[in-house]
Amino acid sequence: MERTAVRRRLSWQVATVADVRRETATARTIVLDVPEWPGHLAGQHLDVRLTADDGYRASRSYSIASAWSGGQIELTVEEVEDGEVSPYLVEVLKPGDPLELRGPVGGWFVWRPEQEGPVQLIGGGSGVVPLRAILRAHAEAASTTPVRLLYSVRRPTSVIYVDDLKELASSDHVDVRLVYTREAPDGEPRVGRIDAELIDQLAFTPADEPTTYVCGPTPFVEAVADLLVAAGHDPARVRTERFGPTGGPQ
Amino acid sequence: MVVSPGFTGRRRSGTELPPGQYLTHEFPVLSAGPTPQIRTDHWEFTVATESGETYKWDWKALLALPAEDITRDIHCVTRWSKLQTEWKGVSLDTVLADVETAADYALVHSYGGYTTNLPLEDLLDGQAWIAYEYDGEPIHPEHGGPARLLVPHLYFWKSAKWVRGMVLSDSEDLGFWETAGYHEYGDPWKEQRYAGD
Repeated sequence: MERTAVRRRLSWQVATVADVRRETATARTIVLDVPEWPGHLAGQHLDVRLTADDGYRASRSYSIASAWSGGQIELTVEEVEDGEVSPYLVEVLKPGDPLELRGPVGGWFVWRPEQEGPVQLIGGGSGVVPLRAILRAHAEAASTTPVRLLYSVRRPTSVIYVDDLKELASSDHVDVRLVYTREAPDGEPRVGRIDAELIDQLAFTPADEPTTYVCGPTPFVEAVADLLVAAGHDPARVRTERFGPTGGPQ
Repeated sequence: MVVSPGFTGRRRSGTELPPGQYLTHEFPVLSAGPTPQIRTDHWEFTVATESGETYKWDWKALLALPAEDITRDIHCVTRWSKLQTEWKGVSLDTVLADVETAADYALVHSYGGYTTNLPLEDLLDGQAWIAYEYDGEPIHPEHGGPARLLVPHLYFWKSAKWVRGMVLSDSEDLGFWETAGYHEYGDPWKEQRYAGD
């Protein structure tokens, strides 16, 4: 496995909310000004810390949704029903508010523009967030590396980054395919989960030697990773990030 | 103190958890890649010492060692804690009883390529096990079966899934998450999540 030395102390710093953008009924993108942000690699995450009047604190980790080119960073947060932190981030936080964070964290589920070989991204639900950061980094580096995104959503209204994905998919080097599991838009006959046939039709083959990034809820990631290995992909080239119930007490 | 305007939070009482953790009753999964499927008839656990000696156990040899029932709280660096989880396995005191070593550190290896580093003393004195049952059943592959390390006093990434052996050494080599910016020791009560914490 690839080794990345990233060892330095992570301190809490205060970001300011510059903007918020509704993505779906339950997800919101938060644009942050972070004066001392050291930069990050596409795919990394950060910790957010909230503090109540009386000093009570709660922290959670969130994938970074944007690529770093200086300036602002973006988080996209899906509200977890009964969660402690995500409902605040999705419903309460507003432009001008402070937000404490530290990071970036994680040196495995990352893509670097200088990396060799095609990139296969497979996301389920809000698992698309770090994959969007990878697509953004790819666009900003004007990379000619072929990238394919398979994005599994329940229905058309569940799609995060609708406009952004359209723009990103206009590149000759980027292919974006949506997979609908409950309800598809008019003209899209297929409704159902990602299966072996779909992987066979739409994903890079083992002979292409892609690096594959799979992110989503645990059952999604387990199922997709198993399909990839069964299709002959080298497990060492399949990187996963699982979203457990990290939004709050279940 | 930076107050988050409008945040009230959800305080808990009665249960003492390490700082920054919340309680879950589920069993979330965190792994860096696909879940390896390891057959017990191919399973092997190897200990290599600082002097170059190696010791091996196959599945039968592991099961032949005296097992213990273990009930412990577990704490994941992704902030969930789960109380009173029940395991069955072999204490590393038992596994390492006849291993000649004066090493200070262990680098634990897993099927699939995962590694994690621990001081050897954290694996001894009733603090660590090779577990092969969870909740009375064989450990499911996605939770590290057929056998995983169980070191519940440290963040759960130290409890390597799909464990296949360890290399004992006088110097500390960092493991997979430790190299990627996580803390080299990982005490949840000191909230040692990331390097430098």
